[in-house]
Amino acid sequence: MSDMQDSLRELYQEVIFDHNRNPRNYRPLPAASHHADGHNPLCGDQLTVYLQVEDGIVREASFVGHGCAISTASASLMTEAVKGKPVAEVEALFRDVHALLTEGREAADPARDFGKLEVLSGVKEFPARVKCATLAWHTLHNALVGEHETAHTE
Amino acid sequence: MNAPRDPGAQTPILDLAADFPILARPVHGRRLAYLDNGATTQKPAAVIEAEARFYRESNANIHRGVHWLSQHATELYDGARATVQRFLNAARADEIVFTRGTTEAINLVAQSWGRPRLAAGDEILLSTMEHHSNIVPWQLVCEQTGAVLKVIPVQDNGELDMEAFEGLLGERTRLLAITHVSNALGTVNPVAEMTRRAHELGALVLVDGAQAVAHQAVDVQAIGCDFYAFSGHKLYGPTGIGALYGRAELLRHMPPWQGGGDMIRTVAFDNTTFAPPPQRFEAGTPNIAGAIALAAAIDYMQGVGLARIHAHEQALLEYGTRALQDIPGVRLVGTAREKAGILSFLVDGIHPHDLGTILDSEGVAIRAGHHCAMPLMTRFGIPGTARASLGLYNGLADLDALVAAIHKAQALFGTRRQA
Repeated sequence: MSDMQDSLRELYQEVIFDHNRNPRNYRPLPAASHHADGHNPLCGDQLTVYLQVEDGIVREASFVGHGCAISTASASLMTEAVKGKPVAEVEALFRDVHALLTEGREAADPARDFGKLEVLSGVKEFPARVKCATLAWHTLHNALVGEHETAHTE
Repeated sequence: MNAPRDPGAQTPILDLAADFPILARPVHGRRLAYLDNGATTQKPAAVIEAEARFYRESNANIHRGVHWLSQHATELYDGARATVQRFLNAARADEIVFTRGTTEAINLVAQSWGRPRLAAGDEILLSTMEHHSNIVPWQLVCEQTGAVLKVIPVQDNGELDMEAFEGLLGERTRLLAITHVSNALGTVNPVAEMTRRAHELGALVLVDGAQAVAHQAVDVQAIGCDFYAFSGHKLYGPTGIGALYGRAELLRHMPPWQGGGDMIRTVAFDNTTFAPPPQRFEAGTPNIAGAIALAAAIDYMQGVGLARIHAHEQALLEYGTRALQDIPGVRLVGTAREKAGILSFLVDGIHPHDLGTILDSEGVAIRAGHHCAMPLMTRFGIPGTARASLGLYNGLADLDALVAAIHKAQALFGTRRQA
């Protein structure tokens, strides 16, 4: 088994396929207090992230859009992970996930338990695909800071 | 090695991979099946050697030295121009302008021919299947002049809508800018016929030949076009070199678009005069080694024979088309009657980028995405496609590897269906 085949299996795990086939929280959120668009013009991935924030807590999170399995699964896992968390904690999670995907586990907070999100770290071995996994997270960040420019990863 | 299985008697399959050193290099432990020739081609040893030999034995600046090496380099560079002239069957060598590639050649025409001549309301006619490099330079010149773009639509099979073309061609059409071969669909457009019609209405014609020159013999006089642009790296030559063919009487009246050395006759602060074409359009020290290596690539292709290359790629295209159509869940995008060796396709339930990653893990190099033809993808209502594009060194084994890798992707994604 070559390194490449191992890396491929690390990336395309059942969790990814599951969330790609059945994305969680895949719907617009009419009551959203925050939303932002994300676009990766290179591969055409496009999504909108919706958040309902009350008393500094992310009560609801959802997304709609289209993209590859990695970007769809990343968005789906993200909406699950941020629900119920204080905004400050979601921002900290964004920074840690970004570090995990671009630099590796050691660059993130050692105390951070990524849970299911750990599966996304497989993209690190595929430089051309890192942007697929980070798109939803950049869009989440933009929604929270009220950045209305479309988030771009390319 | 990899002796191709002969799919039938008299098939003209070539076996030239041994001429290309990079193809011996395994990728991820697999034999490399390089099917991204539409993006760039690999280089034969003869081209790599030609570029290295220039720097080892002949390097000097051109057109200005009295010393022997400079004269020698100048002869090689001018010889390369003559090689391109013969390759395109241009009437004269000074109709060939060396550029960085197709993109620069089109920008040259837009800025030097278009900008001074176009007026508000003038029309530039192009098509939905153009590469961004045959759209954006015209958008820029439209902003500068008030000219407008008109777009020939594409039919479901990837052929141009010729009736619509006739309707769009009119008194205000100043230029038809059309691709010879679609990089995303493989469609070969009837450029000679379109040129004849455009000329009847007094419009000039630029043909984007980037995807055509490596796959069939091109004769600019037979096409009758006014400009023809191509890139060296798409025909087994180096990156950073390409050429523009322009009819002599047009080039003669076009102003320079970049200023610098080599493009002038005399320079004074109150009056600078310019060199005649092609030097007028080649400001600064050109890519001398690139031009010489481009000529070596053309020599290599002509040594094989353009007709044989065309027959080989058509045989592969037919084999690959059938093989892909036989996979349940695979849909070809672009099924024009006349096609070059490009197979654009979609696999049900698998995004092109996921497919590209999985194919790569099997040593199969394809392109996934919009292929710099976003308006065309919008036309088909898709974000992109997977694209396998053929070259003269590909064999049936490469297409078999492609098919096997698609099966693997379908198995991994759980979308494999029985035929």
